[in-house]
Amino acid sequence: MEALAVQALNGLASASSLFLVASGLTVIFGVSRIVNFAHGSLYMLGAYLAWTFVSHGPLAELGGFWGFWGGVLLAALAVGALGAVLEMTVLRRIYHAPELFQLLATFALVLVVQDVALLLWGADDKFGPRAPLLRGSVEILGLRFPRYELFLIAVGPVVLGLLWLLFHRTRFGILLRAATQDREMVSALGVDQRLLFTAVFFLGAALAGLGGALQLPREAVTLHMDMAIIVEAFVVVVIGGLGSLPGAFLAALLIGELHAFGILVFPRITLVLVFLVMAVVLVLRPHGLLGRAPGAPPAGEQSPPLPRPLPRGLALAAAGALAGLLLAAPFLGDYPLILLADFAVFILFAASLHFIMGPGGMASFGHAAYFGAGAYAAALLLRHLAAPMEAGLLLAPFAAGLVGLLFGWFCVRLSGVYAAMLTLAFAQIAWSVAFQWVEVTGGDNGILGVWPSEWARGRLAFFYLSVLLCGAGVLLLRRAIFAPFGLALRAQRDSPLRAEAIGIDGFRIRWLAFAYAAAFAGLAGALFAFGKGSVFPTYLGIPRSVDALLMVLLGGVQTVSGPILGAIAYAGLQEQLARLTELWRLLLGLVILALVLFFPRGLAGALAHWHDGRRERRA
Amino acid sequence: MTFSQTAARGPGRRLLLAGIAAGAIARPAVLRAQANPIRIGEINSYTAQPAFLGPYRNGWLLAQEQVNAAGGIGGRPLETVFRDDAGRPEDAVRLAGELLNAERVALLAGGYLSHVGLALADFARQNRRLYAASEPLTDALVWSKGNRYTFRLRPSTYMQAAMLVEEAAKLPAKRWATVAPNYEYGQSAVKWFRELLKEKRPDVEFVGEQFPALGRIDAGSTVQALERMKPEGIFNVTFSTDLLNFVRQGNTRGLFDGRSVVSMLSGEPEYLEPLGEECPDGWIVTGYPRDDLDNPTHTALRDAYRAKFGDLPRCGSIVGYDTVQAIAAMLRKAASTETEAMVDAFKGIRYQTGYGTGEVEFRALDHQATLGAFVGRTKLEGRRGRMVDWRYADGASYLPGPEQVRAWRPQE
Repeated sequence: MEALAVQALNGLASASSLFLVASGLTVIFGVSRIVNFAHGSLYMLGAYLAWTFVSHGPLAELGGFWGFWGGVLLAALAVGALGAVLEMTVLRRIYHAPELFQLLATFALVLVVQDVALLLWGADDKFGPRAPLLRGSVEILGLRFPRYELFLIAVGPVVLGLLWLLFHRTRFGILLRAATQDREMVSALGVDQRLLFTAVFFLGAALAGLGGALQLPREAVTLHMDMAIIVEAFVVVVIGGLGSLPGAFLAALLIGELHAFGILVFPRITLVLVFLVMAVVLVLRPHGLLGRAPGAPPAGEQSPPLPRPLPRGLALAAAGALAGLLLAAPFLGDYPLILLADFAVFILFAASLHFIMGPGGMASFGHAAYFGAGAYAAALLLRHLAAPMEAGLLLAPFAAGLVGLLFGWFCVRLSGVYAAMLTLAFAQIAWSVAFQWVEVTGGDNGILGVWPSEWARGRLAFFYLSVLLCGAGVLLLRRAIFAPFGLALRAQRDSPLRAEAIGIDGFRIRWLAFAYAAAFAGLAGALFAFGKGSVFPTYLGIPRSVDALLMVLLGGVQTVSGPILGAIAYAGLQEQLARLTELWRLLLGLVILALVLFFPRGLAGALAHWHDGRRERRA
Repeated sequence: MTFSQTAARGPGRRLLLAGIAAGAIARPAVLRAQANPIRIGEINSYTAQPAFLGPYRNGWLLAQEQVNAAGGIGGRPLETVFRDDAGRPEDAVRLAGELLNAERVALLAGGYLSHVGLALADFARQNRRLYAASEPLTDALVWSKGNRYTFRLRPSTYMQAAMLVEEAAKLPAKRWATVAPNYEYGQSAVKWFRELLKEKRPDVEFVGEQFPALGRIDAGSTVQALERMKPEGIFNVTFSTDLLNFVRQGNTRGLFDGRSVVSMLSGEPEYLEPLGEECPDGWIVTGYPRDDLDNPTHTALRDAYRAKFGDLPRCGSIVGYDTVQAIAAMLRKAASTETEAMVDAFKGIRYQTGYGTGEVEFRALDHQATLGAFVGRTKLEGRRGRMVDWRYADGASYLPGPEQVRAWRPQE
């Protein structure tokens, strides 16, 4: 019994740390609607800066109480300042870009920060000193419990209280709450929005930095901190309800205790437990525990333009390039063929995600689940039933489509970031099935020996096969966009009420579209599996979902050819840069940032815009 | 210290390139054809695991430089093309294709994470090309998924567990608890430790296990959960960040007081150095007592490494160094870069390990090297930990016999 009580205290300490990060994230989202993927990087920077201040430089020489706590506070302020600078230099320029586009910019920042941290602080994990006055442990119910964890338990509620005061007792806080509810109204009343947004970023980033700095006496500072915290912080924010501070606090408590007790009961499934809970919460409460349903969109909101085919000239050029490629393929070396086959797969994968994101209007953070479902379906058929490649490629889309039907039934009921996070939860559940069910899926060692049938083993044959299947997939997706089904899909996206009034069943349309897209992602996954010869849980991991998202965003959501351009640009850049330099993440991040700033409509959007402009000038 | 790793990496590569360039210009045309280098394609998770693979590549470059200074292989220098798989097996397989087809390397090497190693091994089998695995620990690589074209250098999970069981069996502890990262390495380390210890000591019982997610340990709760099991001995497999956090919480909460702890890999400088003054006393570990290992071969290596990179070698450095030495020995014997000739030469090849403990053999039976590890105890001296009372455990003594291996390994 005593042990359980102490375990509950452990949960409280973790909850406090989690809340600090999540509170910053939820404040930023509430006001700016930006899904700040770089929040984990700010947390990591907070920890590294605190480590530097506390163990090097003037504060370290001062030592003692002020040396440590001064260092922690200074680190939080420095990160806050950095957040403000990022808002002013990058994010401010893209507030008017389509929803989620800012995610691309923040992801680029993640890449940049990873390499910069490696350059500045080196690869080794760093251990900070213990906190003055809070070293050692106290005896609680006969068990030793660290003093510092007791301190952390208190920090969470204190910060919540301070934030509450800020939001309810100061003019700044009232403006922030007003901006959270109606940005345009606040701006119409003459409040300088830019200052407000910069201040919000300062506040959110400083909270993240403080969260990181406070980990110093508790955990090692590492280059993996950013990714470890960001997903969990998102989960907390979404379970709590986007933009709700008390919700985030409640959710952090829930997740913290879940971790603490989860490992006693199910020591092996700690990671997925969080996502299971998020799935349950979102299915029962589509706007999180304390979140409010957003009101109807303002009457004047412009609906995004319909996707349209490429202008004729560009379409001809593209067709010519494809034909040239197909003719030249036999004369290319083996490696270009491998690469081009990969590109074909990524194009289909991105196109399938685009189908639900663009025409469907639903974001997905977990599209890799269906890519992986297809890959595993093909691999399992091969391994357990000795089914040949042809059977695998034929059945994989159906398997992935079924998974899409199952997950989609829950996901398409939600909207916006909630829906996206629910897809992420399901993807993580699928991932953990692949990871944990060792007898069937081989666990993290994967399934090996998934090679193509004899006739497709040559690089050239496999390249043609990939182009054929992926091309067919892309054409079928495109066909659906312009078919009555696609029109209905776009109708329910642009005007749910009117669509319902003319008899379109929005839920059914979205659900089928989700499964249709999943099936094509599955085909891409199966092809990829045969191209690589093996299948691993990483195929359904978060990074692969993020890759697809980046390709679609980079290409441009509101275009039909966007995913094609985006996939080629993203995969091509990554491949070229990784061969060129060790610092490929830094370069890739900078290139994406540049693209985001210069082409806020995505690559295909920019291309179409440029083409239109030329035609108008001629006319 | 902070900048040394990245700084050391740059010049290493530049020196290499400069060396190649200078070589090409300086040699007369007649000799140039003869001196065309033997290229090795090396794939590793450099950006995902920089702390381990930076020193590894340094060790690799040092050995390559030494081999080339001694005249290379029959007059041909070694040259390595490094690639980063970012920890993704699918990228590793793509890069393997690139290295073989575009860069024309003679063989593949590398791998740190087990699943990346397995993906590369299966690629090697399918394409009938040689793959010299350096770091991956999984037993499957040479046993259940072993193949003709894959050879592995580092002592595997089974071997390291067997070395520790030998010491654990001597302890009075009867109630054991285990803590291991939740993936194949952690699971099989625990499995072997349990099986082998039960064989030697039927009286022990295992009272519980913890499997924190890799890189995401909730250290306070994990320590509390172990405390609750009231074990007399703890078998630890966590490493890297998880190990640091586990040890700090364990120290604060007194988990290790009066308990025996047996721990995989924790004696490697990779883990002892970041631990600093948190280093626990008296853990039985496998590792590498770099500072006290004074034999002529190792001392020379340590000095050369420090002179070249301004830092001391780590366990990964020796793995990198040894991999090149083993490949060089194999190439000398094969006298060819034809894959089948190289595979035949690799079987049973012997080379001198950088540890200075004598010859290591790649067993023809299962392509596993008999490289060992050092078994000893941790001790905090001043503000840093080190290994004491250590001995070299020769890998050959901790491998199962031919019949057992034949039962596990697919017949070719």
